[in-house]
Amino acid sequence: MTSISSVSAAYTGRDPDHRLYGPLPDVQGEAGYDGDHPARVGFFTDTSVCIGCKACEVACKEWNALPMDDSHGTRDVIGLSGMSYDNTGQLGANTWRHVAFIEQSRPVDLPTPTFGRPGDDRQDSGPSPADGPRDTQAAAQQSVLNAEALSEFDPQTGQSGTDKQIRWLMSSDVCKHCTHAGCLDVCPTGALFRTEFGTVVVQGDICNGCGYCVPSCPYGVINQRKGDGRVFKCTLCYDRLTDGLMPACATACPTQSIQFGNLDELQARADARLATLKRQGVETARLYGRDEDDGVGGAGAFFLLLDEPEVYGLPPDPIVTTRDLPAMWRSAAAAAAMIIGVALSAVLGSRRTR
Amino acid sequence: MAECHPVGFQWVMEAKGRGAKVIHIDPRFTRTSAVADLHVPIRAGADIAFLGGLINHVLSNDLYFREYVVAYTNAAALVGEDFVDTEDLEGVFSGLDPEHGHYDETSWQYEFDEPPHSGSDDPQRAAEQKAAEQHPAVQDSDRAQAAGSGGPPIAAKPKRDETLQHPRTVFQVLKRHFARYTPEMVAEVCGIEPEVFDQVARWVTENSNRDRTTAWVYSVGWTQHSVGAQYIRTASILQALLGNIGRPGGGILALRGHASIQGSTDVPTLFNLLPGYLPMPHALQHHSLEDYVADAAGKAGFWGNKRAYTVSLLKAWFGDAAQPENDFCFDHLPKVTGDHSSYRTIADMIEGKVSGYFLVGENPTVGHPNGRMNRFGLANLDWLVVRDLQLIESATFWHEAPEIETGELAPETIATEVFFLPAATHAEKEGTFTQTQRLLQWRHKAVEPPEDARSDLWFYYHLGRILRERLADSTDPRDRPLLDLTWDYPLIGETRDPDAAAVLREINGTGPDGRALSSYVQMADDGSTTGGCWIYCGVYADEVNQAARRKPGREQGLVASEWGWAWPLNRRVLYNRASADPDGRPWSERKRYVWWDEEAGRWTGQDVPDFEAQKRPDYVPPDGAKAQDAIAGTDPFVMQGDGKAWLYAPAGLVDGPLPTHYEPAESVVENAFYKQQSSPTIERIPGPWNRENPSCSEVFPFQVTTYRLTEHHTAGGMSRTLPYLAELQPEFFVEVSPELAELRGLANGEFATLISSRTAIEAKVLVTERMRPIRLADGTVVHQIGVPYHWSYSGISTGDSANDLLGIVLDANTHIQEDKVSTADIRPGRRPRGPELIDLVESYRRRAGVPSGRVGVNGRDPVEASAGEGSTLT
Repeated sequence: MTSISSVSAAYTGRDPDHRLYGPLPDVQGEAGYDGDHPARVGFFTDTSVCIGCKACEVACKEWNALPMDDSHGTRDVIGLSGMSYDNTGQLGANTWRHVAFIEQSRPVDLPTPTFGRPGDDRQDSGPSPADGPRDTQAAAQQSVLNAEALSEFDPQTGQSGTDKQIRWLMSSDVCKHCTHAGCLDVCPTGALFRTEFGTVVVQGDICNGCGYCVPSCPYGVINQRKGDGRVFKCTLCYDRLTDGLMPACATACPTQSIQFGNLDELQARADARLATLKRQGVETARLYGRDEDDGVGGAGAFFLLLDEPEVYGLPPDPIVTTRDLPAMWRSAAAAAAMIIGVALSAVLGSRRTR
Repeated sequence: MAECHPVGFQWVMEAKGRGAKVIHIDPRFTRTSAVADLHVPIRAGADIAFLGGLINHVLSNDLYFREYVVAYTNAAALVGEDFVDTEDLEGVFSGLDPEHGHYDETSWQYEFDEPPHSGSDDPQRAAEQKAAEQHPAVQDSDRAQAAGSGGPPIAAKPKRDETLQHPRTVFQVLKRHFARYTPEMVAEVCGIEPEVFDQVARWVTENSNRDRTTAWVYSVGWTQHSVGAQYIRTASILQALLGNIGRPGGGILALRGHASIQGSTDVPTLFNLLPGYLPMPHALQHHSLEDYVADAAGKAGFWGNKRAYTVSLLKAWFGDAAQPENDFCFDHLPKVTGDHSSYRTIADMIEGKVSGYFLVGENPTVGHPNGRMNRFGLANLDWLVVRDLQLIESATFWHEAPEIETGELAPETIATEVFFLPAATHAEKEGTFTQTQRLLQWRHKAVEPPEDARSDLWFYYHLGRILRERLADSTDPRDRPLLDLTWDYPLIGETRDPDAAAVLREINGTGPDGRALSSYVQMADDGSTTGGCWIYCGVYADEVNQAARRKPGREQGLVASEWGWAWPLNRRVLYNRASADPDGRPWSERKRYVWWDEEAGRWTGQDVPDFEAQKRPDYVPPDGAKAQDAIAGTDPFVMQGDGKAWLYAPAGLVDGPLPTHYEPAESVVENAFYKQQSSPTIERIPGPWNRENPSCSEVFPFQVTTYRLTEHHTAGGMSRTLPYLAELQPEFFVEVSPELAELRGLANGEFATLISSRTAIEAKVLVTERMRPIRLADGTVVHQIGVPYHWSYSGISTGDSANDLLGIVLDANTHIQEDKVSTADIRPGRRPRGPELIDLVESYRRRAGVPSGRVGVNGRDPVEASAGEGSTLT
């Protein structure tokens, strides 16, 4: 076990410029752990191979003994969301892994048939092999060839028939375990802390339910449990890590969409995967949360996405809410100084005039 | 596969990562389609037309693997002159008895090279057997299974023309049969555009040769049709033509619906089979052991040892009581007298012919089609034992069934006494799972079952023990079978569970020295050996539980043969002799698997050769050879009488020697190929509780297909009750295309009502482009409604039951229901409650010209009920 240094990070002089923002090579060190702490770990969630089985959601709940979403097991309280196969909606106090389902479709340049009941339109003048097969075939041939290229190069797009490309994006979201974690910065009780693995964990026995962390998370991950008041979120299976086990979600994932490991190794793996996809022509592939120059100093749990982050319900440019604290304090101090100055000058000035 | 077998799908993803092309053929765009290279939307129920199109493509463009086809299939065999194909009889084969829907398969036979031998050492007995086979009661019972796993008997080896030019070669018959299965017909029947078809055809054929193999993976999307067995046959023909059987990376892979469905057919829970695919004896046909084994006595292939397998089974079950002088207690075996399959039995219950029933791990009022009929069946029993993990609907129907609300059932009129017994889960008991690769994997008990929950082994052992104790003094001959059973398993622990390993050892069998056998070839027909399931022989070889082996894959070779144990004899790929050419050399370096080692004088390779190890590739059977000795060194398909893969099945299928496209029993279009609309052999169970929607009816204008979701398990007893799974799919819904939603005024997230001539159900609507109308080449548009079937009224996630909508029509080969395609109407809003529901459905029946579905007390026929017949209830 790594011990926490009794000397506060403020006196160690490590990365004084990046305590609240920007790259931070050693988050554990910054949090006060000795130099022999374990490597920082995290998740690389490669959505291009996600099959939407939700095993991560269930394994997470099972291991962490989380309650069912909002209904507490009451029959018929929750209902169909109507949003594809996503019925748990978003991350929250009771859902620490959440699989988003996004349906997209794009017509291929073929005449769209008219639709009716069978029999209604048997005399329909739609394309048939008898009349003008060449044109239709030529167009479709091209579209199929496009599809061949596309489907090969875009892992979550399926060519469906000749006339349609359907993309069903699936992505398992989780707490990002930010390098600069807003929740951690604002927690007044110390319930939220940085572990020796570089992850961010809430201690349920210390949290007093103040809720400051809830608006401080740029991703909307952390939340209070109804009827309890305390906040809960992914611990990256802190208890399993201390026993040398993988987090439950990564263990359950059948397709290695969720990969767990040392962050630097995951980053290298993700870079290679992105390069492969780019080489294959998947223009839309991108890494999200990988860049340590981003608004949270890079995330411990980052993603390979196939579309804009907004499509998955992720903020496009998350910024840790405490980034501007020093500036705010400086402004506040300046303002206070000015007020005092004005007040003093008023007092002094008035004396002088007397 | 990603939907229903996500864990197994990891290997597909891995193959894809290494460059494999994944094609998904399904009416719906599913989680599998999402990661496939190409999704081929197909009209449900049209797969034979599609696969037949591929066969035609392969044959007409000479894309078949010629050496493989000539040497290893029956392509060169000549079919007899009497055979007439569907092309010449408007959609039926020669030999049809249209009145009973039975075929006489005599005219399908080969032209024999030698005078047909009787198959028996006693020609007269064999002739009697043959006559008995044609008895309707025998035909109904299940002729397709009568051959067991060995393939149906053929009377003699056929004449051959290895140039494949003779017009009556199987090859030419096949060519003519599928000649009209053109890309244009595929478009017309399946709704698959010729361009997409061409893409599939190119990918499949370019990937099937000496260096490459293609695999087909299917599940109940193929089996649950009125022509389901023929779907698989069509794929078999295609794979045999392409040389994709018996080779690594090839095959036709059946994904099973539960953890050990394979196991439950190997050691069967089916009425028509004994362990190891030995057919269940028939009361009219099999009066003695000799009668029973007569058909195999002279047979080529390993099936020729049927007597040894049967005698060993009888010795395992009846021990010392089984002696040569009493026919090894053959008469102790129950005999079938007709069709006792699951659905026939439900109808028999309604008719008062069944008094008691055990339901184990099955929830028929939700999982079977026509839930209402199933509930009527259970309501007419005297007693019902339900063993399950949860209080499932099949145990609570008597006071919670939907028919209570409509007034068709009432607790006061139901005399069925229901016993609910809590069962142990898979983590709470020991035993094996057998998966689709025939791999047995031992499960250790992780925790003790809670409270009164017990394993099935415990239940049956102690039930048997108590019955035997009660009958101990009986002198009644009918009690002998029970009293003669070997019932002496070691009991373990506080709950006195029988030792599952001891049962596995009994299944494996023992030799004269009392030691575990290591191979079924050691089984003898003189009573000196035992064995509860001959194909499992070897699972306890060397007195070691081979199924419990857990050597990680990274510590062993490609085939990982030290993980678990696969029947037969730990072979991981069946018929793997076919992975080498006729001379015994690998077809290619890339696909080398099993080959002949001339120096060592034996077959060798990565897998256990599925061939006699020392039989030379140039072995030619001498005249009069029997069993395996009659199989030549170039015949990889060792379980078939002629050692060949059958492109054409001269016997063994009740609905024809070749697959033929028929429309489903309930279809919205006419059969574009033949005058014959649907299969002439479809098995029906008529009654007011099982009405059928007429085909091409404007009253029922939409196709319905049922399926499972990743989030739930079959009839829901294991998932709707669990909070974490229930919330993922919290209520019953149906999936429709935006076009159908607009046509019928359906709104996403709102209720809709689906109506068939069975009943009406309501569901939330999910409007999605993943469901799409299928446009046929003639302009017809077929709308398909996707209906997951997990729900009913119990548990946390609830809803109406999809299966209530479906009727029961069956594939006569298998007695499997056609629930992957049926018809219905859909309209917005909720269904009526109470008796108004009956009125609504009755009005649909009237409009469609379907007879009334009104029933009397407990679902019995109104007239019979008033006369007090058909039940023990007074």
